[in-house]
Amino acid sequence: MGHGSRSPSENLSSGELSFKVGDQSRRRFLVNASAVIGAGVAVGVGAPFVMSLAPSERARAAGAPIEVDISQIEPGMKISAEWRGKVVWVLHRSKEMVANLAKTDALVEDPKSEQEQQPAYAKNEHRSIKPEYLVLEGVCTHLGCSPTQRNEIAPADLGNDWFGGFFCPCHGSKFDLSGRVYKGVPAPLNLRVPPHHYVGDSKIVIGEDQSA
Amino acid sequence: MSSSKSSCGVARRAFEWVDARFPVGKMVREHLTEYYAPKNFNFWYYFGSLALLVLVNQIVTGIFLTMSYKPDAQTAFASVEYIMRDVWGGRIIRYMHSTGASMFFVVVYLHMFRGLIYGSYRKPRELIWIFGMLIYLCLMGEAFFGYLLPWGQMSYWGAQVIVNLFSSVPIIGPDLAVWIRGDFSVSDATLNRFFAFHVIAIPLVLLGLVAAHILALHEVGSNNPDGVEIKKHKDPATGIPLDGIPFHPYYTVKDIFGAAVFLFIFFTIVYFFPEMGGYFLEYNNFIPADAMKTPEHIAPVWYFTPYYAMLRAVPSFLGTQVWGVLVMGGAVMIFFGLPWLDRGAVKSIRYRGLLYKSFLAAFVVSFLVLGYLGVMPSTPERTILARVLTVVYFGFFILMPWYTARDKTLPEPDRVQYSKH
Repeated sequence: MGHGSRSPSENLSSGELSFKVGDQSRRRFLVNASAVIGAGVAVGVGAPFVMSLAPSERARAAGAPIEVDISQIEPGMKISAEWRGKVVWVLHRSKEMVANLAKTDALVEDPKSEQEQQPAYAKNEHRSIKPEYLVLEGVCTHLGCSPTQRNEIAPADLGNDWFGGFFCPCHGSKFDLSGRVYKGVPAPLNLRVPPHHYVGDSKIVIGEDQSA
Repeated sequence: MSSSKSSCGVARRAFEWVDARFPVGKMVREHLTEYYAPKNFNFWYYFGSLALLVLVNQIVTGIFLTMSYKPDAQTAFASVEYIMRDVWGGRIIRYMHSTGASMFFVVVYLHMFRGLIYGSYRKPRELIWIFGMLIYLCLMGEAFFGYLLPWGQMSYWGAQVIVNLFSSVPIIGPDLAVWIRGDFSVSDATLNRFFAFHVIAIPLVLLGLVAAHILALHEVGSNNPDGVEIKKHKDPATGIPLDGIPFHPYYTVKDIFGAAVFLFIFFTIVYFFPEMGGYFLEYNNFIPADAMKTPEHIAPVWYFTPYYAMLRAVPSFLGTQVWGVLVMGGAVMIFFGLPWLDRGAVKSIRYRGLLYKSFLAAFVVSFLVLGYLGVMPSTPERTILARVLTVVYFGFFILMPWYTARDKTLPEPDRVQYSKH
């Protein structure tokens, strides 16, 4: 390794063991070939260790869709379910809440949901299939805390621009009742809408699209 | 009488037998009895040996905790409670470990501050400083991985937040976070691997770095409160620095005294204030981890709060919040640059001018107040203050080449200043 410049015969006083020029290049070839193969082996040996840190097959399989009954949710209230280890909310928005959504259009970062934070069927003004039922991952897009629902209008701690929404206790990010992120808060993106579809009027399957 | 004499002879012969085969005597001479340290060490020079003492405490208590702890999301929380309630002495061992974690940072921050004020990072001690910083990074890793193990609410959400920092990396971020967790959210897989990192991977690296830190120190020799090299003036006959005294017995005795005082404080905390009002062990962590509910207020343990305050203070823009992560990472990494940022004519604060002292004072204040802000819930006013202090913090480093070179320094003495007490 890197000692190629020194002649092998340098340390030998008598000429009896000195190498011919051809031996030099053969040695260099062997060192280089071993280094290349060694590097290949190192990558090959390293690969399983790196791969072993990724989610196992069991963890991947655990992401199966879940079914949620929404018939008992009072207007203004939400229920929480667990999907892929994450909390998923189903919020039943009252008519007033739906009407208030327009008021936050100017206050939020991405009012038209341009960012890919929802399936195509939720890329609309209320970010849901049916305006009154909002399905959201309750995971802040900043650092993954679960925001708290705050239904009051303009409370003292959240200011006059608050028409109900979700407030993240960890770092103060604010989202409206469509999960759209306010401007100037740490979170960069709207709350994610997971793939979901209705089964009849009172059941939602979370974790797969209609077509699946 | 004769029997003790002969047993002494046996011990001597045994030592000589070993010494002929393994360099015990040589190592003791090089690192203790014939390692010459400056004679003017003061209070600030306790913290290196105390850090070593805490390291031993963490390793020994850690080994015993491992015997009863279960690294499994179903049983981890209960196994910690089991240690606290049912294992004889378990409560004390666990509190020694948790108090040790906080005291490790107390001692290391004071040790680093010592290096800062006396210029211990300056040439020829750059590598000692770099090894020390790597040790600091390992400690942060140890603290972070270890904090998940009790599987309480703060464990869980702390890990959630910190691992999600990586998901802010452009393009590969989300996949990287999944790879680190080994799952799509913090889970049993995450707990298991953090356990492996906490109890074996990082401690091995840490021990190697501690050895490198001390070997590099003993190669170039210790700095001192005057920041002058004692090797400039050696006794021509012996080659021993005139201002040097052998580490053993002089500083071993001094350090044992320091250790006694430290242990008095340490065990007072262990026995009477193990939670330290929620700063050493957070109250929310006595609630089992719940992936569905984030606690109302989450904050890291006190030793991370200055960096956490910076993370929170930086807003997201261009659709990413990677900036806060970069600022936080930069705040730690910038310490590595100190040996090359400092252009001062003198090393020690004793001979520095007002300019340096002002910047140092501003830095210390910013670090402490950021630490306070990191514990508190964020408000708009606090966020603005944190932004200002983040600028001050970085200003200390970035402007250092300028203000240390411009500083009006006093002439350094030729020999260390020392008077008998």
